[in-house]
Amino acid sequence: MSQQDLNDLRHEIRDWMDTHLTGRFEPLRFRGNAGDGDALPELRKAWEQELAHGGWTCPHWPKEHGGRGMSVPQQIVFQEEYGRAGGPGRIGHIGEGLVGPTLIAFGTEAQKQQFLSGILAGTEYWCQGYSEPGAGSDLGNIRTRATRDPGSGDWLVSGQKVWTSLAHLSDWIFVLARCEAGTVGRHGLIFLLMSLDQSGVEIQPIEQMGGGAEFNSVFFDNARAKAEHVVGEPGDGWQIAMALLGFERGISTLGQQMAFAQELEAICDIARENGMTKIPSIRQRIAVAWTGLRAMRYLALRVLGGDGSHDVQRDALGYKYHWSNWHRDLGKLAMDVLGPEAGVLDESDPRKERLQRMFLFSRADTIYGGTNEIQLNLIAEQGLKMPREPRGTKG
Amino acid sequence: MDLTLTEDQIFIRDEARRLLASKADGDALRRIVSRGDGIDPDLWATISTELGWCAMTIPEKHGGVGLGLTELVLLMEAVGERLAPVPLWSTACLGVPLLTAIGTQAAQVWLERIAVGDAAATVAIADMNSVNPFQGGGVTATRQGGGYILQGQLPLVTDAQVAGLILVPARIGQDVAVFGLEPSTGSDFRRLKTLDHTRQYCAHSLNDLSVPESTRLDRNGVNADALAEAETIANLGLAAEQAGLARGAMDLTLEYISERVQFGRTIASFQAIKHRCAALEVDLAELRALILGAAVQPDPRERMLEVAGARALASDLAFRASEEAIQLHGGVGFTTEYAPHLYFKRAQANWHLLGSPERHLDRIAAHCLPDGDAA
Ligand SMILES: Cc1cc2nc3c(=O)[nH]c(=O)nc-3n(C[C@H](O)[C@H](O)[C@H](O)COP(=O)(O)OP(=O)(O)OC[C@H]3O[C@@H](n4cnc5c(N)ncnc54)[C@H](O)[C@@H]3O)c2cc1C
Repeated sequence: MSQQDLNDLRHEIRDWMDTHLTGRFEPLRFRGNAGDGDALPELRKAWEQELAHGGWTCPHWPKEHGGRGMSVPQQIVFQEEYGRAGGPGRIGHIGEGLVGPTLIAFGTEAQKQQFLSGILAGTEYWCQGYSEPGAGSDLGNIRTRATRDPGSGDWLVSGQKVWTSLAHLSDWIFVLARCEAGTVGRHGLIFLLMSLDQSGVEIQPIEQMGGGAEFNSVFFDNARAKAEHVVGEPGDGWQIAMALLGFERGISTLGQQMAFAQELEAICDIARENGMTKIPSIRQRIAVAWTGLRAMRYLALRVLGGDGSHDVQRDALGYKYHWSNWHRDLGKLAMDVLGPEAGVLDESDPRKERLQRMFLFSRADTIYGGTNEIQLNLIAEQGLKMPREPRGTKG
Repeated sequence: MDLTLTEDQIFIRDEARRLLASKADGDALRRIVSRGDGIDPDLWATISTELGWCAMTIPEKHGGVGLGLTELVLLMEAVGERLAPVPLWSTACLGVPLLTAIGTQAAQVWLERIAVGDAAATVAIADMNSVNPFQGGGVTATRQGGGYILQGQLPLVTDAQVAGLILVPARIGQDVAVFGLEPSTGSDFRRLKTLDHTRQYCAHSLNDLSVPESTRLDRNGVNADALAEAETIANLGLAAEQAGLARGAMDLTLEYISERVQFGRTIASFQAIKHRCAALEVDLAELRALILGAAVQPDPRERMLEVAGARALASDLAFRASEEAIQLHGGVGFTTEYAPHLYFKRAQANWHLLGSPERHLDRIAAHCLPDGDAA
């Protein structure tokens, strides 16, 4: 695809966003991103359908599965324009970005038939059931059990998932559970697709330090997963679960970078308004943030355009650590630039509210998706080939 | 914007690293350091004459290879990784960009000589810590008779004793003129004893030095935008060298701690150590991406800002990587027998070349926070 074609695409998306993210959707601008995930849920669901009408859901899926078959450079353009226009956080993200590609790669024909169309149409929403009270960083420690019902062949699931983002707004959950009693670690796991709308499932919101409740505990008490809703073979759950995470190639983070740039701009504006620009260390921290953001963009482009060389793979390992810590530092910078006023909550000042929310939520950036410490382990072990951490004996 | 290296670029990088791994290994470095002049003449002859590294960014019509900044930064990284004692930065990142900015016939003659390895070059900068090193600050030129009188102090000039061409930017009224001194034009550069043993530094006082008309390489002053571009390239090359230095210090350390055993396990197996190495690795990935991105950035002003950011990150990272190298080597890290001290000293010396981090960050801050009230 030529540069000209990419530019055309850019204008097409820009125009579409301009003409659609208005009117009743206007309040959605810049809302619903990480930390604000439970904002305006009904309107955001309607927005998913609006996107679907425009043919903008799942643009990276292959054409035969209803996508546009967008290449990486095209997806980058899409994410950038979506982010620039203030497109809201996507309730459909997990279905579009994770479940769909996983089913396309590993699902049965029937599974594709049943699930892809709801994701494409923006009418069915998914959430991720991996973490448990005893299985966080150590995901292999999963205890949720799946036992086969001999009559129907269905799987009966009991246990608890936790930190499940958007479960309260979702229709379906994919669950990693232990299907072979007595196994430990990565063996004997199963990957199940389950309806949340059934009597054996109870969802309890968990209030977050930022005030919202975008994640939940999900309790399963003999909840049912249909026999035909196993992805891969029973026992292959770990491989499927990891492959799913592998589909998160980080292109959406380019849209996220647009939001970061707007946050930094807001901080600069406030500093100029309230005179903080006179403080040399504040000026330097703003410059450091600017530099880190530029580097982040180039790192993402380098990794996404990846030639697969060891060099690039090594750099790719550091990407999540870099952006999440950068964002966390930006949160602190925002508060310091706001000054004492930073501590006063004021709903009439959306710019300040957004930065306060960011200050709080960015603390989660270095926890979800692999904590800082786990990232550093990975970089050391996979990138620098340093020895692996020993495993303890306490279960 | 595509940041994937082409096959040719990967080849250039790998060949450069292979050459330096054998010709600028620890033994070679120790030999040069004990000689004390910060130059390995044999290695320089190979690089400049046989391999044409100085020709990389010189246009083909002036006898160069006509490649871009990406190739240049890959070479500079390779040099930094080994602390190779060659005047490549002075020649390819100071001299060549400045001559290119001058753009006259007289400057082109020099580019042609540099391209074939006939001469190394450097730029004599009065204030080495300036972010505008090529603007002639600190040196004045006055017309007298058929020539000029140069006046100014040059306390820190890199590689002056090996350079066949020493470019001296000077103010003449509002203009920036550039004089090309050859060792035979009476300039007398004194070698300095320095903390950093792997680069040569010299000093010179221009006390009413009288030079002929022919030494002035520009015509009616050098264009300000062209000078700024050249300064950006000088800083980009240095940032790449510093990134290479960081990588070199880290590799050295990883090798050592993977073998050294205490408490019945390698030092590298302790998580506290792993995390420190991994944190450096993340910063290096960030820095290298910024350098490669800046190398292909088409907008000169954006590139200037990105390079300023890269210099700030690079100075900091090169220092941290080399101080960690000393620390994680333990006692042997404090000896001259092991290499960490050479990286550490070079990292500190580089810190103040063409602007310390604060100065580069100030430039970015001025861009993010323009004066005047916010809208
Ligand atoms: C906002 C948010 C949304 C989330 N959404 C989802 C979701 O939708 N679905 C889902 O399945 N999960 C979700 N999670 C869960 C997330 O993946 C886990 O919180 C994360 O993996 C960490 O697990 P943990 O909370 O049990 O912490 P722990 O694993 O108990 O970690 C506690 C501390 O110990 C450190 N630590 C742990 N192991 C090591 C080690 N080997 N070496 C050094 N330090 C170590 C950690 O880094 C951390 O600092 C979400 C979390 C957050 C915060």
